[in-house]
Amino acid sequence: MKYFNNPEKLWNLVQILLQGLQVTGRIFLLTLVLSIPLGMLVAKGRMSRLAIVRAPISIYIYVLRSTPLMLQVMFIYFLLPRILPFNFDRFTAAIVAFTINYAAYFAEIFRGGIQSIPVGQWEAGQVLGMTHAQTFFRIVLPQVCKRVLLPVTNEVITLVKDTALASTIAVTELMSLAKKHVSTSSSIEPYIIAMVMYLIFNGITEQVCRLVERKLNYYQ
Amino acid sequence: MLLAKNIMKGFGELSVLKDISLTVNPGETVAIIGRSGSGKSTLLRCLNNLERVEGGTIEIDGQKMVENGVYAPDRELRRLCLKMGYVFQNFNLFPHMNVLRNLTEAQTCVLGRKKEEAQTYARKLLQKVGLADREGAYPYQLSGGQQQRVAIARALALDPEILCFDEPTSALDPELTQEVLSVIKGLAQEGRTMIVVTHEMAFAREVANRVIYMAEGVIVAEGDPEQVFGDPRVKAFTRME
Repeated sequence: MKYFNNPEKLWNLVQILLQGLQVTGRIFLLTLVLSIPLGMLVAKGRMSRLAIVRAPISIYIYVLRSTPLMLQVMFIYFLLPRILPFNFDRFTAAIVAFTINYAAYFAEIFRGGIQSIPVGQWEAGQVLGMTHAQTFFRIVLPQVCKRVLLPVTNEVITLVKDTALASTIAVTELMSLAKKHVSTSSSIEPYIIAMVMYLIFNGITEQVCRLVERKLNYYQ
Repeated sequence: MLLAKNIMKGFGELSVLKDISLTVNPGETVAIIGRSGSGKSTLLRCLNNLERVEGGTIEIDGQKMVENGVYAPDRELRRLCLKMGYVFQNFNLFPHMNVLRNLTEAQTCVLGRKKEEAQTYARKLLQKVGLADREGAYPYQLSGGQQQRVAIARALALDPEILCFDEPTSALDPELTQEVLSVIKGLAQEGRTMIVVTHEMAFAREVANRVIYMAEGVIVAEGDPEQVFGDPRVKAFTRME
């Protein structure tokens, strides 16, 4: 034992890892905030009547769901700058990769949710003079939110863990810091601390999702 | 006044409405009866732009929704359709909104009424359909008959010139149909213009000023209730009902 029998060293390590956890939290929040609206757009595109919109979006979903997220992260960081005229810093590359990957999953969840709303709801909006957009935002979307909450919760919890993949391009988030300290100290204790931190993070995430679920339980 | 001329509508190979023409005058209650699959609901849906016609003309107050199968632009269509209210067979209330909000939502976001104004009007209408005490309830907490009465109030809230009912009691348990029918009857007595697609023959006979009997996509008989229910073809149909 290198850390657990030495409170001072342990405290130091915890503080370092907490900084990593902050980065992890930033990746997590940014990805969520970006990928949920993007996923909604992708879902709408995937349901478009125009094949010219639908086809590329189907391919996008296919590619993003069928290749490893780790590969996508590396692709965007190492390969994309060779094709496109701009560089991503590590953090941005991770955010972009996670966002487009999660948007693909969210899109399919939202599509399922939107399609599960009875057509009568759209028709009711229409005969009350609402535009398509008004019906979508006022009538359909609030009901979709309730229906997709459980699968979305699953994705959100997975995202907390997937942020660890940012370590493959050396973003200094929790996992990469833990790894670094494991190799320099030849002790697995940093992993144990990281594990506890992920557990607490997701414990809170789960509670928040449960709270939202209760909030949405005002109707059936 | 609603005018439909030579309406044609098919689903694939199947021709559902074959050259239907119909006029609805102000203050009149028109009942449309006929077997399932006769095209009566499709006709009502076409008049409300819930289905697209393939040919024919629909005009309301002299303004054309469709002319020879060509539709007016979306905005114009929405404006014209607002002159009509529509009550569905299965209510289609908004499950995530309470009763009051179901009635105020379109008033505020479509007609631009102030929230308070919309609520005052909504409460008045709820009183009219006998549900003044249920404004805070959610649709799932109401019986089918109550839900349908809310749906009627929701349609009335937009002050339509013509109110359309698509089999308003068909989804209800028999003991709940009367409360809905009596609301519709009350509206007829007020002189509201209404088109009611229904299987309730006694109701059609009693409330309608004019009855239309449809079969296989055409209007077979039309006239005042006595006349239509006296028609041998209609008699053959009503015996089966």
